[in-house]
Amino acid sequence: MTDLPQQTQRQLGLVIDLDTCVGCHACVVSCKGWNTENYGAPLSDQQPYGADPSGTFLNRVHSYELTPETGPAQLVHFPKSCLHCADAPCVTVCPTGASYKRVEDGIVLVNESDCIGCGLCAWACPYGARELDLAEGVMKKCTLCVDRIYNENLPERDREPACVRTCPAGARHFGDLGDPDSAVSALVAERGGMDLMPEQGTRPVNKYLPPRPKDQIDEQVDILAPLLTPVAEEPKGFLGWLDRALDKL
Amino acid sequence: MTQPQLDLSPPVSDEVRKTTCYMCACRCGINVHMTSGKVAYIEGNRDHPVNKGVLCAKGSAGIMQHNAPSRLRAPLKRVGPRGSGEFEEISWDEALDMAESWLRPLRESAPEKLAFFTGRDQSQSFTSFWAQNYGTPNYAAHGGFCSVNMATAGIYTMGGAFWEFGSPDWEHTKLFMLFGVAEDHDSNPIKMGIGKLKARGATVIGVNPIRSGYNAVADEWVGITPGTDGLFILSLIHCLLKAGKIDLDYLARYTNAPVLLDGDPKSPDYGLALRDEDGKPQVVDRATGKLAAWDAPGIKPDLRGHIRRAGVTHASVMHKIAETYLSDDYAPEAVATRCGLTPTRIRAIAGLLAKTAFDEAIVIDQPWTDFRGERHEQMIGRPVSFHAMRGISAHANGFQTCRALHLLQILLGAVETPGGMRFKPPYPKPAHAHPKPHAKATPMSPLEGPHLGFPMGPEDLCLSDNGQPQRIDKAFTWENPLSAHGLMHMVISNAHAGDPYTIDTLMLYMANMAWNSSMNTRAVMEMLTDTDQNGDYIIPRIIYSDAYSSEMVAYADLILPDTTYLERHDCISLLDRPISEPEAAADAIRWPVVEPDRDVRGFQSVLVDLANRLDLPGFVKDGQPLYRDYADYITNHQRKPGIGPLAGWRMGETGLTDGRGAPNEAQLDSYIANGGFKTFPIPEAAQYYKPWNSAYQDYAVGMGFYDSPQPYLFQLWSEPLRRFQRAGEGIGPHQPPEYLRQQVVEKFTPLPTWYDTASDDFPTHALTQRPMAMYHSWGSQNAWLRQLHGHNPLYLPTKLMRQNDLKDGDWAHVTSPHGRITVPVAEMAALNEHTVWTWNAIGKRKGAWALDTDAPEATKGFLLNHLIHELLPPKGDGLRWSNSDPITGQAAWFDLKVRIEKAPPQEISKPDTDAQASPVPAPPTELRWKVGK
Repeated sequence: MTDLPQQTQRQLGLVIDLDTCVGCHACVVSCKGWNTENYGAPLSDQQPYGADPSGTFLNRVHSYELTPETGPAQLVHFPKSCLHCADAPCVTVCPTGASYKRVEDGIVLVNESDCIGCGLCAWACPYGARELDLAEGVMKKCTLCVDRIYNENLPERDREPACVRTCPAGARHFGDLGDPDSAVSALVAERGGMDLMPEQGTRPVNKYLPPRPKDQIDEQVDILAPLLTPVAEEPKGFLGWLDRALDKL
Repeated sequence: MTQPQLDLSPPVSDEVRKTTCYMCACRCGINVHMTSGKVAYIEGNRDHPVNKGVLCAKGSAGIMQHNAPSRLRAPLKRVGPRGSGEFEEISWDEALDMAESWLRPLRESAPEKLAFFTGRDQSQSFTSFWAQNYGTPNYAAHGGFCSVNMATAGIYTMGGAFWEFGSPDWEHTKLFMLFGVAEDHDSNPIKMGIGKLKARGATVIGVNPIRSGYNAVADEWVGITPGTDGLFILSLIHCLLKAGKIDLDYLARYTNAPVLLDGDPKSPDYGLALRDEDGKPQVVDRATGKLAAWDAPGIKPDLRGHIRRAGVTHASVMHKIAETYLSDDYAPEAVATRCGLTPTRIRAIAGLLAKTAFDEAIVIDQPWTDFRGERHEQMIGRPVSFHAMRGISAHANGFQTCRALHLLQILLGAVETPGGMRFKPPYPKPAHAHPKPHAKATPMSPLEGPHLGFPMGPEDLCLSDNGQPQRIDKAFTWENPLSAHGLMHMVISNAHAGDPYTIDTLMLYMANMAWNSSMNTRAVMEMLTDTDQNGDYIIPRIIYSDAYSSEMVAYADLILPDTTYLERHDCISLLDRPISEPEAAADAIRWPVVEPDRDVRGFQSVLVDLANRLDLPGFVKDGQPLYRDYADYITNHQRKPGIGPLAGWRMGETGLTDGRGAPNEAQLDSYIANGGFKTFPIPEAAQYYKPWNSAYQDYAVGMGFYDSPQPYLFQLWSEPLRRFQRAGEGIGPHQPPEYLRQQVVEKFTPLPTWYDTASDDFPTHALTQRPMAMYHSWGSQNAWLRQLHGHNPLYLPTKLMRQNDLKDGDWAHVTSPHGRITVPVAEMAALNEHTVWTWNAIGKRKGAWALDTDAPEATKGFLLNHLIHELLPPKGDGLRWSNSDPITGQAAWFDLKVRIEKAPPQEISKPDTDAQASPVPAPPTELRWKVGK
């Protein structure tokens, strides 16, 4: 069993905008690339060119269809990675202390040299956010790019997680969710940011901005239709209107 | 307990090399991190004008493409039968000798017997120059089966279309409307743009039978029935016009709406513009009531203009617009059912367009001066914008549908105004400023001009004296006169049929014509292997260049292996398909950030080598080669004096300069030092109204886009179309064959129109699209990307699933007029109820792409292409009618209709194609990729 810190100095995390995510997987592959080459063991791939390819990913995008009672069906793209929970069950369940939550910034990490690959943490995580690397036999998870965000070898503007830097739609935001004045906290307040599965009691740091309401235009037709009041019913009448309108220009 | 000590500042890489991505056609800037001399990590270049630092899934997966086990390793000579994939590796000397021995005699006797077509080539300015100097008329790239309708309709209507030609004014637009399959071209800029709109709460409307990708985040989804977009757009136009919600000032000043048309049915020019003695179209000046040339200084063109002469009334184009679109045929109530929509929804969208364009107009306090010399204190914008590509293009009514979309934008005053659609230099450039097509082959002589161009009337068609097509693909003939990108999809079929003639050598580059890039794939494979009575192949010789072991490789006789995109020189040129943005022209290069570890060569350098061996003009002067390789060509070639492939760091009289200037031996070094690209900013006063803005015209002349200012009017009424139609009416020396006369009269309407292209015999539309993570990405063998999209079920709407008692994972027979496939299905609710679809090009032939033969792409993966014939079903007249747009020849992929029936469970999708032998070693069974420590 591993202890969680009472509190952390900061709560670094992601805010993911489900109204904007187009499901392009840019974050997934950028994460795969950075974390294959950097922190810890490479993210391996089994049967990469075979019948049932599978590999380790720290971030995946799922797609869900919603069928509202009225209006057309919708599709929501849902990127998911470790949410760096305040009450992270993956940490407390770890028998070797390999899983831990950093006091400085709240990032949940795996110390790979202490990990025995028992898989208890993946079992304890209600979000399915941890993946056992089959080649290395250690547990892999989102590090929030801990080797980027403070890295003095990177230009300052690049000191953010690879997924945030690459997201073409700007649907991913990084910052301190423990600071009510941070840009990410403001975004959460403005857009009604939500916890994922709050009933699990994990107190995730990452937040999701919900999709805005969709397919509302038919209800506005009473306001919009008057804009389309005909200037005349017949083509000839239209030309008369045209003459008058041109005179006013 | 104590935390482990982490190194929070580990070294990132030894070096960053900046070049241009080639994982798709978007051409973003990338930072390639190098460690121990190897590619370690790829990210977006923040300074680059296209992607500004972001990078899509394809771009980040470039490392897997660069190291793919399917990379070809050396030139290959076929030793087994065509299609088998049996090859032996040969030396470059032997390969080039062989190519030379095939190409030299053809050039000396009949250069048209070489057909050279390139696929997703990004060096068309160079490859076409090579083909032009070889002397064959048979050259084009893949636009004919991609989006030529969009490009051509845009050029003829307003001097450019979307993507490389123009984009929404993302900074100002308030309503963005996206049509058709769109998880594609302009990949990152559209995502960035949608992100900007979402961040400020602007409205996005998606018009697409399938609600995936961008349509999933659209605030309003219009799940239209395929092929009816044009009808829907014309109905929006009907509503707006009827309500007077059009930009009268804009139409009068910048379009040909006020131009007078010859109204005399007896005149040969009936329906063409009335012209003055200088040949200039005329308008009525509202200030004086007199006739004036369209560009006369100080005039106020009268939209309502008309004159009566000798008992005949000549009225303005605006009269025709009113007459045509006010018709109740376009009322929402008349079209809604056919479009799969409701009248309410059409009206609501028209109302929202009107509200946004006119009640929420935006004003920028930026003075500018127009081509008539009038100074304007402000720039007034209609903040609605549009984007569309292949979705509305790939129908046999696609050209007119694209025209309709442009008409809609222009009626709203939303092109080249703030918040609307903005051109990207060197566009705007109208059809008449482009070259015309050239196709007369003469042994040992270059073609007289570029292959591809924009006919202005029947006299510009590429027909021989006896009326026969000069090109193998029948581009620029009466079957499809405005085929500005050629018809690559007809080359193999026509060459096999000997219609209009036979060829000797087919040379292809980056074009998977034996698989996903062909309609009617199975038959194309047979055409490539078919023999005559002597046992000789009907298409005698095939040369193919590709970097990877694709399906097409198996059908070639000689393979010239290309490099990966990180091992080569390339130039993304303003002479070609540029990467400009609306606020700045731009060009870019690729350069070898790593050297190949195989015996492969960049295809463009191989073409230079072949040109030198063949003594091609343009490449060899006085017996001496002008260029060593492609890099040398990029640096030193001049298309005309002072204008070369790259516009940056040229040599001026007093030092380095941009635009026009002499070659500079250090030019590529300067590009590399600058991150692989160069931008050429447009002055503030020239940012909008580009076709009419004197400051922009001056900028364009300085950059070498034109030699003198070329203002023009948007062509709502298309005179080139009217000239073809007039010929169809029996007027003029150039007449269509009788069997095409009616088609020309009906389809070449000078105002945009809509006609039905869907057959009633089959009930369900069938579409394909590429996943965002794979669009334009060469092959799906990428180890990371295939884990995202390794399967492609046929997605059926809920209703069709229920009707056929199907559940996810079941199998169905899918039958078209042309054939049947048997494939796995899955349900999708967010789908037009008359439409099924699948991801395109996930299905692979067994043995290709260095995949295991039991890979899902080769077992359950499938192509819809088998169901789509390149010809329409026979009409009983003995003619081969191409399944293409009758105006441009664009392949009508999306006109496909099918029938679905439940099938028993299967192991493998049908048709089950046999395996090709792989010319590369078996792939690894595990990847633990890490080049650093």
